[in-house]
Amino acid sequence: MSWWVILALGAGAYGFKALGLVVLGGRTLPPRLQACVDLLPAALLPALVVVNTFVTDRHLVLDARAWGVGAAAVAAWRKAPLPVVILLGAGVTAAVRHWA
Amino acid sequence: MTDEVGARPESGAMASKSPVVASVLLSLAVGAYAVSYGVLGVQAGLTVAQTCTISLLVFTGASQFAAVGVISSGGSPYAALGSALLLAARNGVYGLAMSRVLPEGRVRRLVAAQFVIDESTAMALAQHDSRRRIEAFWATGVGIYVFWNLGTLVGALVGDRLSDPAALGLDAAFPAGFVALLIPHLSKVGGRLAGVLGAVIALALTPVLPPGAPILLAALAVLVGLREVPAR
Repeated sequence: MSWWVILALGAGAYGFKALGLVVLGGRTLPPRLQACVDLLPAALLPALVVVNTFVTDRHLVLDARAWGVGAAAVAAWRKAPLPVVILLGAGVTAAVRHWA
Repeated sequence: MTDEVGARPESGAMASKSPVVASVLLSLAVGAYAVSYGVLGVQAGLTVAQTCTISLLVFTGASQFAAVGVISSGGSPYAALGSALLLAARNGVYGLAMSRVLPEGRVRRLVAAQFVIDESTAMALAQHDSRRRIEAFWATGVGIYVFWNLGTLVGALVGDRLSDPAALGLDAAFPAGFVALLIPHLSKVGGRLAGVLGAVIALALTPVLPPGAPILLAALAVLVGLREVPAR
């Protein structure tokens, strides 16, 4: 990744934080806009999950990752701590790859 | 960093302990998460210096994971930047909430802005008086900043020495981490609708668009939020 992307990412991330705290400060967003902003993680995170689980070189595939992510999903649903969820996802994937 | 924490701001354990003690415990836990970000960053092809600079400057876990996740799946820098910034947008809303808690003063607020994240906001809003709210915000924000960056450095150095990431299942660590961040957002119907729609958009567009673009377009799923104004 080139450095300009990293700097742009840093500037943009800081920009959002400062926008709320320093620029807008004290105001409230229109409820519909607020509702959409609140839903951003709910919309983007599943997209990141499925693309990183079921896609290789723009093709849909079903491989060892699906088992690992499935196990991680169960653990996350049962409120396991985040590092545990990540280790489980990697560990189950590695195990399926090794023995399957 | 972990939305998991942000989703439970009313958690009794956090409110009852001294905010500083709770903040240190939370910072240590987040540090462990940062180690995994560090490993994945270098595995995605970033240098150790780049992986660490992102943690210093961006300091927003989900965005950082998204950026390296898009890069490692072959996406363009623009797609990485776009999806990471869309996830960073919610910090603007946290900033709005914190503007009612932190004292006036432009310079101090410009410094405080860097520490506006899921955890510092949640910990501050869990306190019952304004002095403890301010204390909790700074203790959590600065504590997590320190451990987030230390954890990133450790992870990046470790990741730099791993020879066969696939044998360790590290490619599945990304989606596993995203799943954990996602669960708290599925508690309401709107979140579940947006989530299913986001996943369908991303998978449907994958064969026809360049890598990364389907993830960006999945953000359109937030438009389900227009169907009703949520009860608050």
